[in-house]
Order: sequence, then structure tokens, then C-alpha cells
Amino acid sequence: MLDASEGYTTEDGRKIGGVVMEMKNITLRFGGVVAIKDISFDIRQGEIRAIIGPNGAGKSSMLNVISGFYHPQEGEVWYQGTRRPPMKPYQVAQQGIARTFQNIALFEGMTVLDNVMTGRMRQMKAGLFAQAIWKGRAEREEVANREVVEKVIDFLEIQHIRKTPVGRLPYGLKKRVELARALAAEPSILLLDEPMAGMNVEEKEDMSRFILDVNDEFGTTIALIEHDMGVVMDLSDRVVVMDYGKKIGDGTPDEVRNNQDVIDAYLGVAHD
Amino acid sequence: MPDQLIFGMEVVLNGLMAGVLYALVALGFVLIYKASGIFNYAQGVMALFAAMTLVGMMEGRVPFSHLINAIFGTEIHHFGWHLPGLAAVLLTMLIMVALAWIVNQLIFRHLVNQEPIILFMATIGLAYFLEGFGDMMWGSDIKKLDVGLPQGINLMIDETTFNIFGYGFFIDNLDLVATGVAALLVVALVIFAQYSKQGRAMRAVADDHQAALSVGISLNFIWVMVWSLAGFVALVAGIMWGTKSGVQFSLSLIALKALPVLMLGGFTSIPGAIVGGLIIGVGEKLFEFTVGPLVGGATENWFAYVLALLFLVFRPQGLFGEKIIERV
Repeated sequence: MLDASEGYTTEDGRKIGGVVMEMKNITLRFGGVVAIKDISFDIRQGEIRAIIGPNGAGKSSMLNVISGFYHPQEGEVWYQGTRRPPMKPYQVAQQGIARTFQNIALFEGMTVLDNVMTGRMRQMKAGLFAQAIWKGRAEREEVANREVVEKVIDFLEIQHIRKTPVGRLPYGLKKRVELARALAAEPSILLLDEPMAGMNVEEKEDMSRFILDVNDEFGTTIALIEHDMGVVMDLSDRVVVMDYGKKIGDGTPDEVRNNQDVIDAYLGVAHD
Repeated sequence: MPDQLIFGMEVVLNGLMAGVLYALVALGFVLIYKASGIFNYAQGVMALFAAMTLVGMMEGRVPFSHLINAIFGTEIHHFGWHLPGLAAVLLTMLIMVALAWIVNQLIFRHLVNQEPIILFMATIGLAYFLEGFGDMMWGSDIKKLDVGLPQGINLMIDETTFNIFGYGFFIDNLDLVATGVAALLVVALVIFAQYSKQGRAMRAVADDHQAALSVGISLNFIWVMVWSLAGFVALVAGIMWGTKSGVQFSLSLIALKALPVLMLGGFTSIPGAIVGGLIIGVGEKLFEFTVGPLVGGATENWFAYVLALLFLVFRPQGLFGEKIIERV
């Protein structure tokens, strides 16, 4: 087992740091339905952490708990060493947790550039009046943030569509724009909800490459949910496996692959 | 130059001026629609309320004086002081911001993620409430509003045109001021919406609530900001119309004139509101001037609506509205 304070070194030699976020005994209910049942796990600095499980296992619910869209009835969320009180999603975002959505939530009527610029909201501090009269600080801030945004756009290779309204883009590119917006926030944790859902093989390969590059280049901590087992095993450093709201496995891809409960959950058990 | 043509030019000029005033009201609609997807039926009443409050402030009227007098049998009407125009305008703006906050707290924060038609119905309710509330607060008498804006014929234009054409144009000073104010307002609003952080957040909220939350935008803050902006535009429109034709109930009906303006300009375009207003203003004056005598006059009452109807049939998104793209 891993030491709580120390990090570890991955197979490919990356140093993983201490715990950034820890979920302690999270239980989430919707009326009588228990979506998440007493789950605990942690996310460490610089790692790619995956949450997998069959349909309806509670993966997305878990992501929504982390990003503040749902509030668990029981359990604690610890972020950067302190317990996080119940927060609104926009407050969580301001703390540096950025996310993407399974069904893409972009601002369809705005250009790619404007969409990515909204990712910088938390870094832009100039007040309403400074903004309204458009002077000094607000202007400098806009320029500085624009530089970061352009870098992200270059990095994700979407320069050619910078001025295109997002509503006109094909699905795969929209997914990439959403990643760009989340990345522009320079998040301490990047949450990806099924980043490869609905993509063809080529698009999946592109997306996998971008996720690895982001982690490599910026050292971004990434927590992702994915259906595609192959992708998850290739990408992630550690994997949490959920089934019917319970945690049935947690460890490196190899450990998880050989876990009997996980095999049963994915392939089914013979009733004899 | 033939007399008819010169007279026609004056008609066009006056039409432009009237158009600017229509555009001012339409602007308030566009702002709220762009930022929250709500078609605010109460915009006209907000202009009326703002103008009433402004008059009340300037004349030192006691709010709810009729109610107080009826209950307690007193005879109070005025505090006995008068505020200068600018101070009263600033105070009224504060009240409009407070109104924006209350409207958001009591109504719209409870209607997040509801259908647009439900939000629209809520604004109808708001309109009737505000109308009655305004009357109760400040009385329903016709009030005279004078914040010190220049009024009456512009002598310079009168003289210049007389020297050129041998016929002096009648252009109201107030209309000139309104034009200047509207131009300034539009430039400021467009820059704000397109290039500032808050403006970008405003557009983001209109587009997708969930996505806006996920990048750290507080919906409540943006909504209060948007309603305050609409209150500000309502105040400006209220000052212009109130100065022109007195503060009275019919002020809230100018909102109806803004509807055809919006259909022409497109509900989502700030420049569209301006151009739409100008087209309607010039169109109805010119139509009255040319066709009016043939059909017995009074065409100004319906011309705008017929024009809007034609637009609805042939170009429903308006001249500048965003074309609706749907991927299937």
C-alpha cells in the first residue's frame, strides 16, 4: 500500500506527489436510490487517476460530487489538506478544479477563442467598474490571459478554428475545445467526464495523446471517467473501480485487471 | 428644390429621431434576452417606474403618501425638499439596482432551468405588479419631468436649413440629446459585452448555465448585473420619453412599439435594436407622409406591426439576429 504523505514513482519514471484530494466515506442518495455507497479514495499530485465501472455504477455522480454539482449526504471531501465545506459549483471552479462534461457543455454561440477565454474567469480579478470603463489593470489582465489562452490553443492544435462559433464544429473538435477551456484555468485538478465517449478510433488516439501530453507538459493532476477499458489501462497510473455505487477495486491498472471482483463485474458471474 | 422633397427630408430626420427613442426601449429588451434568454415583458413598465421614481425624488414626494394618508388620516405629500437632477438620477439608479436584486431573489433564482415561456410569464406578472406598485408608491397623476435637458426647436438647424432651402427644419433639441445618449450607450454596451470579463460571463450564462458554473461564474451575480443594466437602460429611456411626453401610464405602452423594432433587428443584436428602431421610425413617418393621405391617415398606429409581420414571415431571425443552427 502507498504511504499517505509520500509519493511514488510510476513505471515510466514520473514522480507522483502527495495527496491533493481525498474522498472519505462518501455516500450519495437520490431519494431511495443509493448512487454512491461509502466510497473513499485519494487523488495525488501529478497523477492520472481513472474511475471506471459499468453503466450506472455511479462514476459520473462521483465526479459531480468532486465538482460540487452534487452534495453527498455522508462523508467528507478533503482538498489540499483542509476539509471542504459544501460548495456551489462555481466556487469549486474558483478553487481550481476544472471539468469537462460527458455531453459537452460549451457556449455554442461564442467563438472557440471566447469559450477558452471563459476558462480564465478565476484568474481575472479586475472588478466590475474597472471592466466597465476598460482601463489600465483590466486591459493588462486581458492581454496576459489572452497569452495563456493562445498557448493552450496552440498546444491542443485548434488554432485553425479560433474564430469559429463552437456550434458549427464537429463533435470531436468540440470535445477538444472543452478540454482547452478546462486547461486554460490552469487547474490543480482536471476532471474529465468520458473524454473519449462517442469518438472514432483516430479521435480517441488524438485525445489520449493530448491527455498524456497535458499531464507531462504542465504536470496537471487528472481524474477521468472512461468506459473504454483499453484506453483507461493505457493512460492511467491508478484506477478506482465502481459497481452499483460501491468501490470494488483500487490500484494500478495491472492490479485492477487481475482483481476477481472487477472481472466479475465486467464479464458477469456464472450463477451455479 | 421642390417643396415636397424638402418637407420629405424633414420627415426623414424626425423619423430618425423618433427611431432612436424606440431603439432605446428595444435595447433594454435585447440586453436581458441576450444575457438570460428571458424576454422581459416588464421592460416598458420598468421605464415608467424609473421615471416615476425620478420625479418623486426630484420633487421630494413622500412614497406611498396616498396609502399612508388613507390609513392614518394624515395629509402628507411632500418632504419639502427638492433634489437637483443629477443627484436624483443617481439615487434612482441605486433603486433600480435594488429592484434588480429583489427581482432576482424573489423570482428568477427560483426559476433556473425552466422553459423560456415560464420565464416570460413571470415577467408579465412582474410587469403588472410593478405597474400597480409604482402607482401606489408615487400616485397615478401625470407628472412633469425636467432634469434640465434642452428642449424645444433647435434654432441653429432651423436657421441653417432656412438659409439653404428657404425653409427651416423643425428638430427638437431633446431628440438630438437622445440620439447622442443612445449612440454612447450602444458603443459602451457593445464594448462591455464583447471585450470585458463580465460581458463574456454574461454571454456565457445566456448560452449554458451548467457550463458557466463549471468555469466559476456565479449565476446570481450575473443576473443581478444584467437586470441592473436593464434598469439603467429603462431609466435612460424613461428620462427621454418622460421629458418628451410627461410621466404617465402610456409610457409603459411604448414597450409595445419596441416589439416590431426587435423583430426587425433581431432579438439578440444590440446594433440590430438601433437599426431596427431607425427603420421603424423613418418608415412610419415616411409612410404617413406619402401613403397616409391616400388611405385617410393614422397609418403610424399600424405600420410598424405590419412591417414586423412581414419580417416574421420572410426573415424570422431579423436583420441581425443569430441564425439558428441545429445539428441533427
